[in-house]
Amino acid sequence: MADAYNVLEVRGIHTFIGQFHILEGVTVVVPRGSITVLLGRNGAGKTTTLKSIMGLTPPSQGSITLEGQSLVGRRAFTIAQMGVGYVPEHRAIFRDLTVRENLVIAQRKGDDLERRADFIFELFPDLKRFYSLPGGNLSGGQQQMLAVARALVPENRLLLIDEPSEGLAPVIIEHLIEAIRKLAAQTTVLLVEQNFRVASILADRYVIIDDGRSVVSGQMQDLIHDEALVQRYLGVA
Amino acid sequence: MQRTRGTYALILTLTVGLLAFSFITSAGDLGSFGTTLLSGLFLGALYFLVASGLSIIFGLMDILNFAQGAYFMVGAYVTYSLFHLEAFQGIDVNLRFPLGVVVGTIIGGVLGVVLERGLLRPLYARPIFQLVLTFGVAIVFGEGLKAIWGTEGYSWSTVTSFGIHQSQFEIFGRQFGAYRLFVVAVGVVLIVLIGLLLQRTRIGIIIRAGVEDSEMVEALGINVRAVFTMVFTLGCAVAAFGGAIAAPFLGANLGMGNAFLLPGIAVVVLGGLGSYMGTAVGSFMVGLAVAVVARFASEFLNQTVWASITPMLLLILILLLRPSGLFGKESR
Repeated sequence: MADAYNVLEVRGIHTFIGQFHILEGVTVVVPRGSITVLLGRNGAGKTTTLKSIMGLTPPSQGSITLEGQSLVGRRAFTIAQMGVGYVPEHRAIFRDLTVRENLVIAQRKGDDLERRADFIFELFPDLKRFYSLPGGNLSGGQQQMLAVARALVPENRLLLIDEPSEGLAPVIIEHLIEAIRKLAAQTTVLLVEQNFRVASILADRYVIIDDGRSVVSGQMQDLIHDEALVQRYLGVA
Repeated sequence: MQRTRGTYALILTLTVGLLAFSFITSAGDLGSFGTTLLSGLFLGALYFLVASGLSIIFGLMDILNFAQGAYFMVGAYVTYSLFHLEAFQGIDVNLRFPLGVVVGTIIGGVLGVVLERGLLRPLYARPIFQLVLTFGVAIVFGEGLKAIWGTEGYSWSTVTSFGIHQSQFEIFGRQFGAYRLFVVAVGVVLIVLIGLLLQRTRIGIIIRAGVEDSEMVEALGINVRAVFTMVFTLGCAVAAFGGAIAAPFLGANLGMGNAFLLPGIAVVVLGGLGSYMGTAVGSFMVGLAVAVVARFASEFLNQTVWASITPMLLLILILLLRPSGLFGKESR
């Protein structure tokens, strides 16, 4: 039974990629208005969890519900239309398209960009300056901002953001942290983040994934003070 | 930026080289030179009509559609029949040709939907199977046309709509067929129209984005399979339109599919896989090269085989200089 308090409920999903059994029982619950972070070592299954929610690597077992509606068996475009925004790892902006075109393509209604432009450009002023430039000409940080901005064009109920700080300079990371905090005031966020400092600043809740299974979850504040748990699953002193 | 400049320099060098070679071997005969140039532009326009569909389909869907030449033939046969068959002689002569072009294009598009939705869609995870399938479909189309129209080719009658087929104009003391100029104009108009579609419309943005990363496009809420169907249909319809437009000049015969498919593939590869600009520029470069070599070979070598292999020779030359084609992405 879905809890009305939770935007997303992922229960016991198993996902195969080819013949490889990547997820072997992942459970993630994301309360409304929260920032929940998926933590774990490289290859633990965090990105596959986001892709399974998005319908890009569909699970073979388990349930995924968005505000009570099942997402299992739906294609990615339908899941996006139901209000799930996705910011993949490595940015995945369209390099040959201009900044404007990268934002236009994300519209679900004709006036989405017009309505959301002020909010987006307040978060990421650089994008307004480089509006007519191809995405491939932007710096790494600006490309990450564009990838996040693209997910903000339609009004989504849930944002899935994969490794936003990866490969970025510290000053850009601070800017992104600020931006994600602001956008979290409007929507619910499920984040994958390797950088424990960034995760601990941003997240309210955490789920640790280890070897394809969700092993621990709880309040982020509790994890910050549990050095043994952090050391055991994340290898962070 | 430097690479782009180098690409334009290469295009300019090859084009000027071909024109200079043509002019020198014409011994200064401007009439002969003009005929070759017009033939090159005419062939370039027809190559574009086959190659543009191939290029967009390959760029978006990673499918090399070997049936593209068959769609070109379907357009030619349907248009020929609508113009010449007894049953349609009651229709005004000035309407029969445009009607044939429209019907031929629509039939090409419908057959495109059938191929994509009925046969290719179940094979999206198996690229090699798709390749073999389109090759098989090309053979089936050829046999189908043979069953309906027989093995003999058809030449266009002297009667035409608006008299455009017989119209001539004179430059440098030589008569040129106005119809060739008409085909060149149609090719240029289509280059502009498809270019505008890709650059100025939302569906064009989606297609260009899909060429880069179709999974991400789907994750943005766009039904990529529907876009695949639309693009495949458009590609097949444009090829059928090319055959229909070419019919008054080339007639309709079973060899015309392959005659345009192979140069079309050369154009797509040498222009840079998935690059619309590369396809447009490459079409006219290949057209010009074929026309120049054809005239030289028939006049001086007394054989025509060189013209047939020219697209592949040009492809090899360009790939040696630019391994990813003229406008292709380095990493592709």
